[in-house]
Amino acid sequence: MTDVVAAPDLLAPQPEVRAGRRVGIARLRSLLGTIPFFAYVVIFLVIPTLVVVIGAFTEDGRFSLSNLSALGDGYIVEAFGRSIVLSASTAVVGAVLGALLAYALVTAKPGGLLRRVVTAASGVLAQFGGVTLAFAFLATIGLTGFVTVFLKDHLGIDLYANGVWLFELPGLVLVYTYFQIPLMVIVFLPALDGIRPQWREATESLGGTTWQYWTRVAGPLLAPAFLGSTLLLFANAFSAYATAAALVSQGNPIVPLQIRSALTSEVVLGQQNLGKAMALGMVVVVAIVMTLYALLQRRTSRWLG
Amino acid sequence: MAGLIARRARRQRTFRWIVVILLGVFFALPLIAMVEFTTRDGGDTWKLLVDWPKLSDTYPDLATGIVASLGQAALTALLMLVLLVPTAVWVRLRLPGLRRLVEFICLLPLTIPAIVLVVGLAPVYAWVNYFLGGSSLTLTFAYTILVLPYAYRSIDTGLSAIDVKTLAEAARSLGASWGAVMWKVVLPNIRTAVLSAAFLTVALVLGEFTIASLLHRDNLQVAIELLGKSSATMSVAVSFAALVLAFVLLLLLSLFGERRRKAAR
Repeated sequence: MTDVVAAPDLLAPQPEVRAGRRVGIARLRSLLGTIPFFAYVVIFLVIPTLVVVIGAFTEDGRFSLSNLSALGDGYIVEAFGRSIVLSASTAVVGAVLGALLAYALVTAKPGGLLRRVVTAASGVLAQFGGVTLAFAFLATIGLTGFVTVFLKDHLGIDLYANGVWLFELPGLVLVYTYFQIPLMVIVFLPALDGIRPQWREATESLGGTTWQYWTRVAGPLLAPAFLGSTLLLFANAFSAYATAAALVSQGNPIVPLQIRSALTSEVVLGQQNLGKAMALGMVVVVAIVMTLYALLQRRTSRWLG
Repeated sequence: MAGLIARRARRQRTFRWIVVILLGVFFALPLIAMVEFTTRDGGDTWKLLVDWPKLSDTYPDLATGIVASLGQAALTALLMLVLLVPTAVWVRLRLPGLRRLVEFICLLPLTIPAIVLVVGLAPVYAWVNYFLGGSSLTLTFAYTILVLPYAYRSIDTGLSAIDVKTLAEAARSLGASWGAVMWKVVLPNIRTAVLSAAFLTVALVLGEFTIASLLHRDNLQVAIELLGKSSATMSVAVSFAALVLAFVLLLLLSLFGERRRKAAR
């Protein structure tokens, strides 16, 4: 910049302009540093997403709504319905039981052994899905499983008197609950920790009963957090694939398994992109649920942050 | 008042133990069942499982899967660190305006189910096959995306705890190159965060099934699933071993986290 001042030349660009350009170049150089990351994300995240979205709307290289209208087919609607029922029921059961467990932890000593062990175990078990979980339940309540055999030999109870339900929707509900409860403990515990004992004392000093405290003070404060966590559990179950894939041997009751069959089996003429349309449908459901979750999360942090 | 508090404490204790014991039984039962199921043959399965040469002889697919999974876990952890740490540091130092965007991108995989990602990845992997061949280790690319949210959160927390800007400026003014800043100044300061990101990555990769199975690659979970069709006992034993390994990894992780939190206080 000094040489510009030393040699005033009418043709030379104004110092401000040059400085501005230099800042621009520096900024550009800074941006260069992020290129590997963005390039990687574009190739392995953005392009796959676009493939799904664009594929859902094309057929034989032309724009078409035939894939999306195929989503209205009976068996696909049923699969979406079953997926939603499965996710909703495991989310509610997981949320209620998980919240009870989380509350039990809050009443325990803050740095105590019980709380530390249960939170650590929850962290592990919430990730415990997939094939290993399916096999764990096969060893437990499979046809020759530990519990099945024990009940039959010692108590004379036949778990499968009315047919084998483990490999169908009821079985999936039970197995999914196994990772939903720990997830609830992890996501709901911070909100419960945000409840201050002073609020209970304040309620009591004003003559409120325990019932009033829960319905008028703690309940409304915890409701957004509870609902939000339930939505997160819903999305978690809705996206799960591996557990169901390993457990369900016959048919494709839920959407992820329908996508598998669309990917692996012979394509039906005129429906090459049906898998992409179903995938798009899943993304839409998860996106709606996660948006609601984010909104509720914002509301929660106002009081229990 | 004192009586009321004592009564409530007693009630809460009863409630606590009932809940913990009932749910404890529910969670312990499958684990106990796995042990019982795999020891019905007098421990032969477990003897075979720890005897690597004999194991890879009897179940070659399983051995391939284990080796592939270990390779994928190591490579994914490496790629994740190479990709994420410099970018996160760089964005903090030079492009603070981009931080929200990077964070958004990193958390995006949480809202895209793996089964959906696999649908879109199929054509991308046609190119990967073309350039790099069909090795199972190429799954590293997809796994790095899967672990982004978890790894980013942990590295971002680590970077928030130190003053990256001051450290980097001090090092630069003393003549260090950007590489030296990264390797000798920033990295040692976020050691625990890097370690926890790596642990999470390993745990997640060892448990991954969806993408490997649908892209027809080998890994541990695919091998277990395949094994389940021929030898139920062995597949349950391997499942249990994989679970214990993940348990140990994540337990170590939570211990690290605790130490970090204590150090921060």
